[in-house]
Amino acid sequence: MQEFETVIGLEVHVELLTRTKLFCGCSTAFGAAPNTQVCPVCLGLPGGMLPLLNKTAAEYTIKAALALNCTVTPNLTFDRKNYFYADLPKGFQISQFFYPMGTNGYLEIHHNGESKKIGIRQLHLEEDTGKLSHFGDIISSPYSRVDFNRAGVPLMEIVSEPDIRSAEEARLYLQKLRTILCYLGISDCKMEEGSMRCDANISLRPVGSSELGKKTELKNMNSFRSVFRGIEYEVERQRTILLSGDSIIPETRHWDEAKGITRAMRSKFVSADYRCFPDPNIPPFPVDTKWVESIQASIPELPDAKYYRFIEEYGLPPYDAEVLTGTKELADFYEEVLTCYREPKTVSNWIMSELMGHLNAAGIGITEAKIKAKDLGKLLQLVGKGEISGKMAKSVFEEMFATGEDPELIIKKQGLAQISDEDTLDGIINTVLAANPQSVQDYHSGKKKALGFLVGQIMKETKGQANPQLVNKMLEEKLKSS
Amino acid sequence: MHLFTLTAVEAAQALQRREISSVQLVRDIYDRIDNVEPQVRGFISLLSREEALAAAENVDRMLKQGVSLSPLAGIPMALKDNICTNGIPTTCASLILKGYRPPYDAHVTTALREAGAILIGKSNMDEFAMGSSTENSAYHLTCNPWDLQRVPGGSSGGSAALVAAGEVFFALGSDTGGSIRQPASFCGVVGLKPTYGLVSRYGLIAFASSLDQIGPLTRDVQDCAYVLEIIAGHDPRDSTSVSREKERYTAYLGKEIKGQRVALPVECFGEGLEKEIKELVMGALAKCTEVGVSVYEASAPSTAYALPAYYLVAPAEASSNLARYDGIQYGLSIRSGSNLLDLYYATRSKGFGAEVKRRIMLGTYALSSGYYDAYYLKALKMRTLIRQEFESIFKDHDFIVTPTSPTVAFKIGEQKDDPLTMYLNDIYTITANLCGFPAISIPCGFVEGMPVGLQVIGRPFDEGRMLQFCYVLESLLGLKGRLAEMKLKEE
Repeated sequence: MQEFETVIGLEVHVELLTRTKLFCGCSTAFGAAPNTQVCPVCLGLPGGMLPLLNKTAAEYTIKAALALNCTVTPNLTFDRKNYFYADLPKGFQISQFFYPMGTNGYLEIHHNGESKKIGIRQLHLEEDTGKLSHFGDIISSPYSRVDFNRAGVPLMEIVSEPDIRSAEEARLYLQKLRTILCYLGISDCKMEEGSMRCDANISLRPVGSSELGKKTELKNMNSFRSVFRGIEYEVERQRTILLSGDSIIPETRHWDEAKGITRAMRSKFVSADYRCFPDPNIPPFPVDTKWVESIQASIPELPDAKYYRFIEEYGLPPYDAEVLTGTKELADFYEEVLTCYREPKTVSNWIMSELMGHLNAAGIGITEAKIKAKDLGKLLQLVGKGEISGKMAKSVFEEMFATGEDPELIIKKQGLAQISDEDTLDGIINTVLAANPQSVQDYHSGKKKALGFLVGQIMKETKGQANPQLVNKMLEEKLKSS
Repeated sequence: MHLFTLTAVEAAQALQRREISSVQLVRDIYDRIDNVEPQVRGFISLLSREEALAAAENVDRMLKQGVSLSPLAGIPMALKDNICTNGIPTTCASLILKGYRPPYDAHVTTALREAGAILIGKSNMDEFAMGSSTENSAYHLTCNPWDLQRVPGGSSGGSAALVAAGEVFFALGSDTGGSIRQPASFCGVVGLKPTYGLVSRYGLIAFASSLDQIGPLTRDVQDCAYVLEIIAGHDPRDSTSVSREKERYTAYLGKEIKGQRVALPVECFGEGLEKEIKELVMGALAKCTEVGVSVYEASAPSTAYALPAYYLVAPAEASSNLARYDGIQYGLSIRSGSNLLDLYYATRSKGFGAEVKRRIMLGTYALSSGYYDAYYLKALKMRTLIRQEFESIFKDHDFIVTPTSPTVAFKIGEQKDDPLTMYLNDIYTITANLCGFPAISIPCGFVEGMPVGLQVIGRPFDEGRMLQFCYVLESLLGLKGRLAEMKLKEE
């Protein structure tokens, strides 16, 4: 049977976290009553269309371009993309067609310990459209409503090269992109809320071929999971068609999450002509090197740099490094714990199993957790010093996670502290030895098992709080000398 | 004496001296309107006498209280119907905006309101400012007050006719390819297109954004300087508005013009120009030489391509600017069809007139994929070339002088069905728009009883010296502030 290679390129739109819209002072806050965050500019009222660039949006886009290793344009220019639709108040969208903000970049994904660069063809700034709502299905809806609150919200589009080879790589690319943009603090990248949207261009070609096959464009994937599922489905659909000897119809297809299938939306035989031309109302805005340098300086350590540093500096396995650098907050938490307790792998284990387990169970992120990094460090210190056992530490952790309390306080409150005081232990050991002469005798006659029994008795006496190492040591000394 | 015969500045001075009141001015203007407007029809919408009087009373009260007001406080005026006025219909003379009331004021509307000028009404125009005769208004014709059988020019024909007929003291127009200067020339008034970026376009309904500019139409040069002083200046709401210190244009008036150098581009005095018009312009320049101005021949060969370049750039931008009239949010909306596309077709087919449709199609074609480089991009390059030629003339000349229009006002209906001939009306004016340079038209005489305009083009932001030059020229010619001689039934 013929083998095919999957070729995927992603077009990702993210809304930028600016307070105001791209070309006017209207608020970008989500969830306001329809058509309340509008003005003559973003409504495209006659005479009202004289856009004024939001410099923060430009700065955010330059930041993203730099973080994604792009070449930044020396002149910020905007063009008009002309088309008619009811959610487009001016009859054109202001975008960057001729000179995108960034070109020729890449990002790195890590999969099974291997790294791969995915090219970024371009990254540009544009304005969002309004939002239509229909009654039931778009076709049968008797009329539609339009909300222009979203019209003019700054939107960044990131177009990848067709370097992605599987649904899994697509998911990893998207996740990495989100991680980077979140590190930069320029978007919240919530796919479910629509602040991050992804379209996928998918085609197959015979293995070894360098030509691109006929592609379909897949839309309406509203979560990372649906991006994965949608692409998997579409790849299989295309493979079946190709294997049967038919050819792929280039078209836009809609992912149906409920049915788990893709459906044809509109044919792309005639490509739309957007009649792009430079927007005569927006003079070119110079992007001088000083500005770019100051933006570059404001970029925090990015996930890849952190990933490699964690491996090198802390000797972590790649998997641990990948998980811990997943969000900036988690990585910061990890490093803060390390400042109190410098055992990188132990700390990593605790975070990856205990902390993340609890976070997932509670359905919250690290920033919402009550437990403080310093306190986790303190807890691990106590374990390290042998003041509490690992088992106890887990129950203390549970309490810390629930209440955010200091571990020493919890230990004191619950009376959980390990008994490491030799005088106290000496008395208890003497009592146990006196009560179990048979075992002492067994020990001396070579039955080493008796030692375990005696330790067990001591632990029972102290409700498990005796320091087991110390108990072992003292008990053996005592038996030998008796 | 009728007050309407005064210039705006004369009326304003009488007001400041409290010899007359703003209420009297408004009354006199409305009487004049009652008399001549049925023949001229320069207004698309007229405010009620009561509304205007209320505004006038307010100004009178402040003057009485000794409040210091702008020089044009209390003076009745009109705005072209493509300039937004809060709550007052602004239609661009198009059916697609019939009854549309903007929820905000244009920058110039606010500036004039704050200066205390009294808005009387909105003036007729070619639909969306596309035309040179005001015959493309979807509502009605406007007649030239000098000869009612003739057009007032366009697209600011209503503004020019109202000023010439004494129905307002001044008006604002907009100029994309000569739309202030050509009607000013046809109606014997002064019309200035300022440097691109000097007057904010905020609230001006766009035709071609890189060419549009708002400017005054006035009875004389002095009025022009006063109005410009009020409307010029930086406005952060317009990215193309230039940030520079406010100038006192009136301070230039009365200074002598000895030693100034004028260039006459040979291309603007050749074929197609009526002989009598050429003689009037040359005669005017001869008078200038008597006061020490030197006149030189010059050449700007690329101006031969100005008209084609203009008719690619302007329609291309218009095709995009007019896309918003889709029947969704405001204006005409024909919803009898079954889907969105039906709504677009029905609304835009009914809402736009023939000339607007023609330009939307021209522009859509010029921007289409595969044609962009050959048409739009080439036109932009031609624009740069023309600008460079003009800049090189300006290196050793102060002004460029041309006729404003190759003919005097033509008969109504004469060119209506001949768009290419109609487009030639703009041949001397469009270069200033393509370059962004300031240009003014002032009356320089009459041919067969019809006014003729002379155009002065200046360096960017050199309006002050242009007004200084024109002020002297105007007094040399003795044509200051002439109103059209209208035959009135009652007089």
